[in-house]
Amino acid sequence: MVQLLTPEGELVTHESYSLDLTHAQYKSLYREMVFVRRLDQEATALQRQGELGLWASSLGQEAAQVGSAFALEKNDFAFPTYREHGVAWMRGVDPMKIMEVYRGISNGGWDPLEHGCNSYTIVIGNQVLNGVGYAMGCTLDQSEDAVITYFGDGATAQGDVNEGFVFASTFDAPVVFFCQNNQWAISQPSEKFVKTPIYKRADGFGFPGVLVDGNDILAVIAVTKAALDRARSGAGPTLIEAFTYRMGAHTTSDDPTRYRHENDLQNWKLRDPIERLKVMLARNGIADRNFFDAIDIDADAWAHTLRAAVRSMGEPAPESIFDNVYADSHEALDAQRAAFLDYHEGFADSGVKS
Amino acid sequence: MTNELTIAKALNQALRTAMEEDSKVLLFGEDIGKLGGVFRVTDGLHKDFGDHRVLDAPLAESGIVGTAIGLAMRGYRPVLEIQFDGFVFPAFDQIISQLAKVHRRTNGSVKLPITIRIPYGGGIGAVEHHSESPETFFAHIPGLRVLTPSDPQSAYSCLLSAIRSNDPVIFFEPKRRYWDKGSVDHTQSPADPWRARIVRTGSDVTVVAYGPMVKTALQAANASEYSLEVIDLQSLSPLDDRSIADSVERTGRLVIVHEAPGNLGLGAEIAARIGKSCFYNLEAPIERVTGYDIPYPPSKLEEHYLPDHDRILVAVDSAMEA
Repeated sequence: MVQLLTPEGELVTHESYSLDLTHAQYKSLYREMVFVRRLDQEATALQRQGELGLWASSLGQEAAQVGSAFALEKNDFAFPTYREHGVAWMRGVDPMKIMEVYRGISNGGWDPLEHGCNSYTIVIGNQVLNGVGYAMGCTLDQSEDAVITYFGDGATAQGDVNEGFVFASTFDAPVVFFCQNNQWAISQPSEKFVKTPIYKRADGFGFPGVLVDGNDILAVIAVTKAALDRARSGAGPTLIEAFTYRMGAHTTSDDPTRYRHENDLQNWKLRDPIERLKVMLARNGIADRNFFDAIDIDADAWAHTLRAAVRSMGEPAPESIFDNVYADSHEALDAQRAAFLDYHEGFADSGVKS
Repeated sequence: MTNELTIAKALNQALRTAMEEDSKVLLFGEDIGKLGGVFRVTDGLHKDFGDHRVLDAPLAESGIVGTAIGLAMRGYRPVLEIQFDGFVFPAFDQIISQLAKVHRRTNGSVKLPITIRIPYGGGIGAVEHHSESPETFFAHIPGLRVLTPSDPQSAYSCLLSAIRSNDPVIFFEPKRRYWDKGSVDHTQSPADPWRARIVRTGSDVTVVAYGPMVKTALQAANASEYSLEVIDLQSLSPLDDRSIADSVERTGRLVIVHEAPGNLGLGAEIAARIGKSCFYNLEAPIERVTGYDIPYPPSKLEEHYLPDHDRILVAVDSAMEA
C-alpha cells in the first residue's frame, strides 16, 4: 500500500511515488479537507432537522476525494457517485447546488460541462462507463484531457464497472478508475464479496492497479497524478484502490449499529485523514495553532451561512417539471404542460398551487 | 435523384450522408467495421471513413450505450448498432437511467444526440432472442424518441432525422424487410418522419401499422373487399395520434396492427387516445391485431404468432360488421 504520510503524521518515502508540494499547498489541502468535513457535518444536521431529504456522508473519505481531485487539471473531467462531495468541492461546484439535489429541488444541481464534474450518479456503476466514453472522446480529439471516474467497493460487483475496464483497455482510454474501498456496501463488508484485492483485478483487464492509503492525502495525490500522466501519454487506464473507511452511515436513512462494531470506528478514528495532515503540518513547523483555529472559525462561519441559505432556498415553479425532458420541441409535452397550468388555474386561489 | 434501393442500402446511405455532413457522427457497435454488421447495414463505411469514425465495440451492450453517453458529453454524435432486438436488455439500465434522463437532470446543459439502431421483429426463422419487438418499453420512457421505418424511403429519411435529432432516438429497423426494394428520393424533402403518414388512402376502415407490419397491412388492403386506409406511424414516440384521429373521423373504424404482444402494447395507447378523441365518430369497437401474450415462439411456429393479412382481414370484417 502506497503511503507517504503515516497515521501518526510522519512523512515517509516510497520507492515509486513521491510528492513535492509547497507549504502553501499543504496548508490549502488541509483547509479544503476541513471545509469538506464541515459541509458533511452541516448537511447531516440539516437532514436531521428535515431541511434535506437525504444525505450521503463523506466523513472519513476527505483525503481520497480532495487528494484525487487536486491531481486533476482544469480541463479534465470527473465522474462522481453521489458521495463525492470533496470532489465536487474541488471542481468548484457551489455546495448549494449539492444541497439542491439532496433537498429535492433538482436531480442534478450544477452544470457538468461548466465544472468538468458530472452530475452525481445514483445507479451504482453507471458513471464508470460514461467516464470511459468521455475518455474515448478525448483520444478521438487527440487532446491531453483525462478522466477520473469514482466508484466504491460495492460497485466492483457491477457489470458496468467491469465493462468499463474492458472498454478502457480496448481503446487505451485516458481514464483513471478511482475506487474508494470504504469497506462497506451499505451493510455488507467488502471482504465478503471481494475475494481478491480490488486493485489486483486490473491485471486481468490488462492495465496496472495500485493500492494506496486512501486516508493519506499525499499518497493519494502522488498516485493519482502518476495515473493521470500515464493516461495523458496514451498508455491507457489505471485502477487505483484507495483504502479508506466510511466513518458515517451509508446515508442518513441507514443505521450502521445494526451491522458493525463500534470498535471498528474507533480504530479508524486513529487513522483520520485530516488529523494526520494536521500533525504533519504542526510537527514540521508549516502551520501553528493560530492557523488551525482560524480555519475552524472560517469553516464554522461558512457553514452558518450555508445553513441559512439552505433553509431559505426557494423551489422551482411547478410547471418546470416539464422543462428539458427533450432538447428538441415536443408538442405532446407542451400540451401536457398547458393542461397542467389550466388545471391549476381553475382553483379559487388562482395560479399554480405550490 | 431517385434510386431503387433495399431498406438496408437506404439505411447505409443515410449513415453515409450523416457522416459526410457532420464529422462528429461516429458509428459504434459489434462487428460493424470490416464485417459491415451482421445485416451489412454499415457495409463499406469503415473502409471509407476509417477506425476513428466506425468503431468495433467489445461484446457488451451496456458498455456500448454507456460509453456512447460519455462520447456525446464530449461533443460526439454516436450512432450505435445493437445486433438484435433481444440483446438490447443489458443496455436497458444505461438507456433508462442515464440516456433518457441526463438532459432533464442537467437542465438542458448536456445533450445526448445518440441514435440506437436495433433490428427488430420476427419472420426470419431465427433462434430465440432474435425476433422480438421491444418498442413499447422504450416508447414508455420520457426523454427518449422512438422511430421505425417501413420502406426504403422512410428508412433513409427517418434515420437522417434520428441522427440530426438532439434527443436520444431508439431506431427500430424491420429486419425481415431489410431486402425489400423501393424508390428513394435523396433530394426532395421527405415526409416529416415524426408524423404518421398515409401510405394508402381509403374510406371504410383505418388500419394503423408501423415497421414490418405496414407491408402486411398493405397486403390486407389489396385483398380486402373494403376500402382500407393504411397509416404508417413512423414515430412511436411521440405518437402522432392527431393524424390517426383525422383518418378515423372519416372512416369511423380503426384496426391497429403490431407484432409485439397486445397486452399494454402501443395498440392499447392508441386505442385509448382514439377512443376518447373520436368517441362520437366511431362506428365499431377498435380492433387490435397483435402478437399473442407469449414469449416469441420457436421459428417453426412463428407464422402462427405473427399477424398476417388474413388476421387483419378478420379484424376488418369485425369492424365492418359491428
